[in-house]
Amino acid sequence: MFGVFCYYVSMAVIKVENISKHFGTLKAVDNLSFEVEAGQVFGFLGQNGSGKSTTIRMLLSLIHPSSGSIELFGKSIQKNRDTILEQVGAIIERPDLYPYLTATEHLQLFAKVRKQKVAPINITKTLEQVGLSNRSQDKVQTFSLGMKQRLGIAIALVHNPSLIILDEPTNGLDPQGIADIRALIQYLAKEEGKTVFVSSHLLSEIEQMAHQILIIHQGKKMVEGVTKELLDPEKRIVQIKTMDDAKALAIISAGGFSQYLLNRKEGLFLKLPTTAIPILNESLVQSGMAVLGIETKNSLEDYFLQITSNA
Amino acid sequence: MWSLIQIELYKIFRRPRTYIAFGAIATLIVVIQLGLKIDGDAYAGFLMKDINDTLTVDGKVLNGYLICYILLQLLLVHVPLLVALIAADMISGEANLGTLRLLFTTPYNRTHWVLAKFIAASIYTILLLIWLAFLALFVSMWIFGTDDLFLMKSNYVVLIEQSDVLWRYVGAFVFASFSLLTVTSLGFLMSSLSSNSIGPIVGTMSAIVFFTILSTLNIPLFNLVKPYLFTTHMNNWKEFFDLKTNLDNEAIRGSILNIAKIKTSLIVLTLHIILFVTASVIIIKKKDILS
Repeated sequence: MFGVFCYYVSMAVIKVENISKHFGTLKAVDNLSFEVEAGQVFGFLGQNGSGKSTTIRMLLSLIHPSSGSIELFGKSIQKNRDTILEQVGAIIERPDLYPYLTATEHLQLFAKVRKQKVAPINITKTLEQVGLSNRSQDKVQTFSLGMKQRLGIAIALVHNPSLIILDEPTNGLDPQGIADIRALIQYLAKEEGKTVFVSSHLLSEIEQMAHQILIIHQGKKMVEGVTKELLDPEKRIVQIKTMDDAKALAIISAGGFSQYLLNRKEGLFLKLPTTAIPILNESLVQSGMAVLGIETKNSLEDYFLQITSNA
Repeated sequence: MWSLIQIELYKIFRRPRTYIAFGAIATLIVVIQLGLKIDGDAYAGFLMKDINDTLTVDGKVLNGYLICYILLQLLLVHVPLLVALIAADMISGEANLGTLRLLFTTPYNRTHWVLAKFIAASIYTILLLIWLAFLALFVSMWIFGTDDLFLMKSNYVVLIEQSDVLWRYVGAFVFASFSLLTVTSLGFLMSSLSSNSIGPIVGTMSAIVFFTILSTLNIPLFNLVKPYLFTTHMNNWKEFFDLKTNLDNEAIRGSILNIAKIKTSLIVLTLHIILFVTASVIIIKKKDILS
């Protein structure tokens, strides 16, 4: 019994091996591999046009990969599509819905296409979960973008799937809406044991809820790892803002901090332990340097911003 | 599969656009019926003016059966355009709306969805035809009464006893359903090729107009392809109203002059339906859903 449980916990719900997708000469996804374990929130991060949605569409068999293999629940999506998708709920990019149907009618419609029966109470419960119970009888044409996004998430959840794939689920939501959806995703993984694959172009959004993060850029995997490790507070990038960077550089070298210096044209950057930041600041101030500001970033954030700014 | 068909029918009949065709048919028929009710005798006189000197017709020429025939001649040319409004939008409309990807991530494969959509579009087409039949035939019978059906063909006249007419209309409507289902399947094929709503609707209408012109023109080059064009066969419902005659040149009750022509047309139309739907399924199965 224990052995079976361990297998379930450690089983890769999603296993992607060397997938690529070409649209003519454009390589939208290039030799991408990753695994998502059961019960995890997996953050799939990348700027717009990086290949996130193409990858998600391949996971859902909306797009055929040019090469490589995709397994969901240990089975090939190409060969076992129907069985696999029974256990998957997804929203892809925009929340496009039928404007002439109400929120409840949408859920009834998508509950009907599931082979397992969805009880009417589940429809009510799902609408409550996404905060739409007070608009359940309104037509979607009267909904804001944020409300459509919530309804899209409700459609993904209505049949109680084990794997939930959410492509940019907080697009169009206000800050409270973003917080609500984040809480919902964490609840689904923690309390209901669901695996959530969530994509975003915002690190700040992903880092708050994902156990694991993968950054994709121009179709290629750039970084993958456990969020806690990637966002290790001990590995800080510090930008020192002064009136005279040349003088500050001399003080930094004299103070024994030169080993932490980063070669950056856009300013004075150091990569150093968090505990060394006040010591550096003190030595600059004591040397008569006017420090205008010290900005710290974790290394992942810095890396992600570099990718974004270079694009 | 039945669930998918129910869903597709539900979506069709929740859209206001669906009722445009029903409204348009009702308006046209009512206007024509009203015109003929008010000024029908003059119209009948105009129809009969060439034969009035040689033939005396007793009874009511302008009866419900003739009105229905006139209406079908006028409308069965235009109903395909109304059918295209829905059929050509079945797949591309959802691609345009972005909902196609929601459907294609459900545990039913694309073939199931495409077939369900085609069946739903076909049911819509048949309902439209039943609506047309109800208004054109039964309402006309109620307003104008019934009598023998007197038809003026290009170089002869056909007189069908009133007790021999109704089954011919049933046959004609069944035949017309094949014609309209061919249009539905063509619209469907166009729909599978596009991700916007307007293109396939215009494409289907253009194809019908184009092939109708080819079918109508009497040019030797076109005559080679005519037998294979669906538009050549679409109007052959009229064959139900041509009767065999005996040696005394009297119409034989219950007969059809050229039943082989009807059978050939039904086969050609059915093959077109199969071809168009199969092509749609293959295209959609291979397509990357990017919308």
